Amino acid sequence: MVAGWFTGEGDDFRLLGTRCSACASVFFPREDHHCRNPDCGGGELAPVPLSRRGRVWSFTDSRYRPPSPYVTDPELSWEPCAFIAVELEPERMVVLGQAAPGITVAELAVGLEVEVVPGVLHEDAETTWTTWHWRPTGVTA
Amino acid sequence: MTEEVAVLGAGMHPWGKWGRNFTEYGVAAARAALIDAGLEWRDIGAIIGADTVRGGYPGYVAGATFAKALGWQGARVTSVYAACASGAQAIEAARAQILAGLADVVLVVGADAAPKGFFRPAGGDRPDDPDWLRFRILGATNPVYFGLYARRRMALHGDTPDDFAQVKVKNSAMGALNPFARYRGRVTAEEVAGSAVVADPLRLLDICATSDGGAAVVLSSMEFARGHGQAEPVRIRAVSTVTPRYPNTVLDLPEIATDSAVAVDPPEETFRRSITRTAYEEAGIGPEDLSLAEVYDLSTALELQWYEDLGLCGEGEGVKLLRDGATALGGRIPVNVSGGLASFGEAVPAQAIAQVCELSWQLRGEAGDRQVVGARVGITANQGLFGHGSAVIAVR
Repeated sequence: MVAGWFTGEGDDFRLLGTRCSACASVFFPREDHHCRNPDCGGGELAPVPLSRRGRVWSFTDSRYRPPSPYVTDPELSWEPCAFIAVELEPERMVVLGQAAPGITVAELAVGLEVEVVPGVLHEDAETTWTTWHWRPTGVTA
Repeated sequence: MTEEVAVLGAGMHPWGKWGRNFTEYGVAAARAALIDAGLEWRDIGAIIGADTVRGGYPGYVAGATFAKALGWQGARVTSVYAACASGAQAIEAARAQILAGLADVVLVVGADAAPKGFFRPAGGDRPDDPDWLRFRILGATNPVYFGLYARRRMALHGDTPDDFAQVKVKNSAMGALNPFARYRGRVTAEEVAGSAVVADPLRLLDICATSDGGAAVVLSSMEFARGHGQAEPVRIRAVSTVTPRYPNTVLDLPEIATDSAVAVDPPEETFRRSITRTAYEEAGIGPEDLSLAEVYDLSTALELQWYEDLGLCGEGEGVKLLRDGATALGGRIPVNVSGGLASFGEAVPAQAIAQVCELSWQLRGEAGDRQVVGARVGITANQGLFGHGSAVIAVR
């Protein structure tokens, strides 16, 4: 549904942003047309993989089923989903994402190191929609 | 400093879940504001509406909808969309028209009939809309963001869930005194703690509801006010509608990520702080001059953040201010004496106007049991989707 937000598989999985060739600003979700730095005259925006690891800026969860356009199966009971906002030091930015399945807020703390891993957003008979998840480092699925 | 405009009238439709068309709430509020101003609808030279979606119609409508319902009379019309700041931008547009000499007296109206449950984006596949994306890709509701801010405060400043609950206890006690509020019951800390967790660490009673409601004000030039027998009306002295500055490094609704600060250092102050500072500068006053504040308490934790962004206390000292009773009725600087969103719920285009209605009644000394004694200066503060924010300063 959105093209080019991540790339690679397994240990090579990365979020994909863009970087301005003139001022080096980084954008995620990717900015493909205009550099948003007001002092930048504008440069080419080229894809750039973001850091694989970062630290928890904050976290929370969703104890109730989110409304559409989030896709869930109403036949199944809602399992609370944790969210992690992650500070990426080299990019000096915070990126929000769902926590990997099974990770609860009880296992999270501000400052904890996490890494980006591939995940499944949802799937039906024809399609599997992939996404990114944040997972504390040292935890394996 | 900008010239002042007069608030001649203020009116509201009670907040609640009434299940009627938003136009009804807006017209009721408008008629109440006109009566309060001692004016007829035919006296109004311009009408400005804060926008909402008209069910079944693919557009945002307001100004003309209210003008038609009140009876077409040829007034200049404007409609404004700025998410939660729509009402303040409508007031700003009215002020600009008055100060430019385009109109002497302007009616500003905001009303909405909010759906039940979580706010959600309009339908259809719209991947160019960041609001649609955060729901589709993350399922990140508004309370998810409120939860992130609350948890961040806990980590940085040592706030606790009980501190957050005390904001609800305070606001519900004041909302109980407001006939326009939806929730009129006092809430205890035990009741907050006993309500279901929505987005850790926030519980149902930490998070504001969605509501129906309407609010309106009649604004005029000072000359018109004096000619109308109002020698000393409530005046609007500042309206701040600034945008953030790049790089915005606080994760804001509805964004999935912040700006990167890799090329440009972050501004010295956050977006919320810049909203209120701009208002103070325009009004030529400071936080020490305030009699009261109406802030956007989407969550209890967010109200504490506003204390700091308003300069009522230093960073991280919001809880101390609350615990000292400074922000309660009778305290040094009462916050959300209307009951706030905690007691009203969100009727998005109406809320920033409703904040100004409360200031007007307080500054006139007409706020009944919730009156702040001797109120002379009040501020509102608000932040909404897509980089919108507002602050209004009114004086008497």
